[in-house]
Amino acid sequence: MRQRSWMFVLLMALTLAGIVPATADTPGVTATEIKIGHTNPYSGNASAYGTIGKVEAAYFRMINEQGGVNGRKINFVTYDDGYSPPKTVEMVRKLLEQDQVAFLFNTLGTPTNSAIHKYMNDQKVPQLFVATGATKWGDPKGHPWTMGWQPTYQAEAKIYAAYVMKNVPNAKIGILYQNDDYGKDYLKGFKDGLAAANASKAIVLEQSYEVTDPTVDSQVVNLKNSGANVFFNITTPKFASQAIKKAHDIGWKPLHLLNNVSASVGAVLKPAGLEASKDLITALYLKDPTDPQWKNDQGYKDWLAFMKKYYPDGNTDDVSNVFGYTVAQGLVQVLKQCGNDLSRENVMKQAASLKDLSLPMLLPGIKVNTSPTDFYPIEQEQLAKFDGERWVLFGEVYDASKK
Amino acid sequence: MSARVRLGLLLVLLAIAVALPLFVSNFRLFQFTQVATYAIALLGLNMLTGYNGQISLGHGAFYALGAYTAAIMIDKWNVPYALTLPVAGLLCLVAGFLFGIPALRLEGLYLALATFALALAVPQILKYFEDWTGGSQGIVLSKPKPPWGLAITPDQWLYFFTLAVMLVLFFLARNLLAGRTGRAIVAIRDNPTAAQAMGINTPLYKSLTFGVSAGYTGVAGALSALTIAFVAPDTFNVFLSITFLVGIVIGGLASISGAILGGFFIQFVPNWAQDISKAAPWAIYGVFLILTMYVMPFGIAGTARLLMARRLRRAGTARAG
Amino acid sequence: MEILFQQIVSGLATGGIYGSVALALVMIYQATDVVNYAQGEMAMFSTYLAWSMMNAGVPYWAAFFGTLVVSFVGGLLIERIVIRPVEGKPVLTIVIVCIGLLVIFNSVAGWIYSYIQKPFPSPFPPRPIMLGTVVFGAHDVGAIVVTLIVLAFLYAFFRYTTLGLAMRAAAQNPASSRLCGIRVGWMLAIGWGLAAMVGAVAGMMVAPIVFLDPNMMAGILIYAFASATLGGFTSPGGAVIGGLIVGVIENIVGTYVSFIGTELKLTVALAVILVVLVFKPSGLFGRPAVHRV
Repeated sequence: MRQRSWMFVLLMALTLAGIVPATADTPGVTATEIKIGHTNPYSGNASAYGTIGKVEAAYFRMINEQGGVNGRKINFVTYDDGYSPPKTVEMVRKLLEQDQVAFLFNTLGTPTNSAIHKYMNDQKVPQLFVATGATKWGDPKGHPWTMGWQPTYQAEAKIYAAYVMKNVPNAKIGILYQNDDYGKDYLKGFKDGLAAANASKAIVLEQSYEVTDPTVDSQVVNLKNSGANVFFNITTPKFASQAIKKAHDIGWKPLHLLNNVSASVGAVLKPAGLEASKDLITALYLKDPTDPQWKNDQGYKDWLAFMKKYYPDGNTDDVSNVFGYTVAQGLVQVLKQCGNDLSRENVMKQAASLKDLSLPMLLPGIKVNTSPTDFYPIEQEQLAKFDGERWVLFGEVYDASKK
Repeated sequence: MSARVRLGLLLVLLAIAVALPLFVSNFRLFQFTQVATYAIALLGLNMLTGYNGQISLGHGAFYALGAYTAAIMIDKWNVPYALTLPVAGLLCLVAGFLFGIPALRLEGLYLALATFALALAVPQILKYFEDWTGGSQGIVLSKPKPPWGLAITPDQWLYFFTLAVMLVLFFLARNLLAGRTGRAIVAIRDNPTAAQAMGINTPLYKSLTFGVSAGYTGVAGALSALTIAFVAPDTFNVFLSITFLVGIVIGGLASISGAILGGFFIQFVPNWAQDISKAAPWAIYGVFLILTMYVMPFGIAGTARLLMARRLRRAGTARAG
Repeated sequence: MEILFQQIVSGLATGGIYGSVALALVMIYQATDVVNYAQGEMAMFSTYLAWSMMNAGVPYWAAFFGTLVVSFVGGLLIERIVIRPVEGKPVLTIVIVCIGLLVIFNSVAGWIYSYIQKPFPSPFPPRPIMLGTVVFGAHDVGAIVVTLIVLAFLYAFFRYTTLGLAMRAAAQNPASSRLCGIRVGWMLAIGWGLAAMVGAVAGMMVAPIVFLDPNMMAGILIYAFASATLGGFTSPGGAVIGGLIVGVIENIVGTYVSFIGTELKLTVALAVILVVLVFKPSGLFGRPAVHRV
């Protein structure tokens, strides 16, 4: 270790003398800075998620003002990919080959991450904490440089399936899903969960929609008319609001399961109508910022203070801003654990060595855990029911890692 | 501009294009490969819209067809990537020709909207046949490796490959458009009735042009699949078709060089816009579009042509350039 | 049977919105031979302006009519300032300018108002209306009624007022109109202003259903194009009827054609339109273009 530090110092001295380029050993890393790459849909269909990039940038700004990590400031380079895979490929190549970033962090979207999946692993650059719940990111053997973050869609759907099996005799299930990989992933998990309980026939109707569709009203009407008494709602925020409102308007009151992606009180339930959203059930792993039970929670108070100071334009009702904050904290922990060795191998190694990491905005009892064979950092969730004002947690904390 | 001067200019540009890999990074080459790919697609569209006057807002559909043809052939049947290009081109040619037949009945605006409808339906159709297309997950491909043990990077190889394909296709197009066929095609655009009266088989030419135009765009799609090494349905959305239209108008309608200029525009200007303004990059892009149309209403190549013609007139030379 | 009826009514409601936007498209097309691709985004932006007014405390109807006025002026100014420099240039050049406007409006709206969706109030009571077991919202019916009122107003305007006559003349024969003393340029501008107004109404009627966000009108614009194509770009009434038909077909197909289901809903709706075009190349109610040889 000593020899390595000496070499490092020598390298730095030579760099400062202009002899050796800083990018020789560890791209994106200098004695005073670490450069991190990021792509996000700041425009286009998925632009509502653009706030995640903004809140992360704000968080790193705060860290930098507090002195950085191990003396290094975080240089967060983020580009818009408009949720278009070819654009993601281009921007990621720019980040790696032109901007020479150390690694990628929290790139958003399933098709977009799929497009760079092979490239990142071929180039041996960490594709860390991707912002998607697709199950395929936790594959240390096949893709050792890619790691997910949030509980997978399939695991979450299985929780819902188990809940329905336990609590609804004679369940007749209607499903509304977005016709893309995200929607289909949830659908698969749900169907697998039902199949395991020999209950595949419980599904009476499936209705899909395209992201380019104006409304899902027609689909909701069909679902009600199918006689379903359970409604699994796999929609992104805008369509979730529409579906909740329409179901309410036509007087349909099934057991309504809402996927976690759209569980934001501020962004989804309030526009749909708090009264219409009563009795919705979802699985949570983050503290929802509109929940009054966290009002005096230190973690929440810190988050709120951070938002006010560093991201005043951000919506403090939107759980996406809690998501970005939390995953950024996860990254800072990884960087701390790296110490002075910010090589890509070590970054990946430390990311795979998170033990019972507790982050302030994770629900109590939920911890981040990774290992060389476990590339799913967060696998625990808890069910919650909306009481007209907030999500009320109930039941046990499900842990997908314990089959 | 005399033919000699033009040839000289072309050779110089060619030399620069071939020597490019020596000066620029792999990433830039990747971007230039995209430019070349777009140029082929834009030439295809230009043949139909610029030279033949049939407005198509749906060429993204043929781009998608070409891309998926290549992807499926490589992924499912391990076909060598070079073979996928002619297959993609041929398939799209037939598809374009078949689409062109009912399209004969449609006038300008309605044709544009019918092709618009085609482009709209593409992502849904691709997702529906998921056994073939991989559905929303898409298909992941490997980048082609340089053959014959050449000591160049895959990006450099792909660049040369695309450049070569582009040059061949452009040469063929130029010959087609400069000769009798080209004159017939343009005549149909300018005055369909007169063209018919002169004995040109208008329906046949129109459908064939549609086919060839689709074929070119299909080859471009196949190339893009190789370059990006990934295809997914929602990439080939309506905005892609609109981007192609923007490309040919900005580049210059009825112009072969316009296709390349258009390719540069649609590849690089959105990036510049992002550099200028992170907050509203597409607003900057929109401003670019509008200003370009104010200053160069006939596209870059079109306006250059006008200026050159004006210069010739002023110089008193009566050459047809 | 009730399901069918329910879907038809829902379809008519959304169809009415498509029809309104289609109407705006047709109006500008008739006056200028240009399809305004930015129509949807302009409508979205108008709706945001209304939202801003209501957010500042202005009551609904005051904000509604205020927005109509602002939209009219806005549309007029856009034609005079942005479109005028390319008047007379090739059609595609003007189309690109419209596309430029489209992305500008979309981007600026996202920048000012963020991309999080916002609820938008409806002037109609939220009480559902029951006809037997069929439930539909008062807003659905209200939206259809508003669309028809707008159509009636426009019809009366163009048929019975001098200004309307002048505008029709300017669109049909600019050269002769100028000789009669009609300020053709300003007629175009007024046309754009009216279209912007119609778009604003459509936006404010649809926002309560689909929620207000910068990408709200993208999907609707697509269906509006389909509607105008189906109805015929030379017929305002046709555009509205086209919208209603598209809305209903979409819902019926999604509900009843089960082997297709919802995963090909859009494709089927478009296929229907294409088939219609094969038999009626200028749309159901359009007049085929007559070319002088």
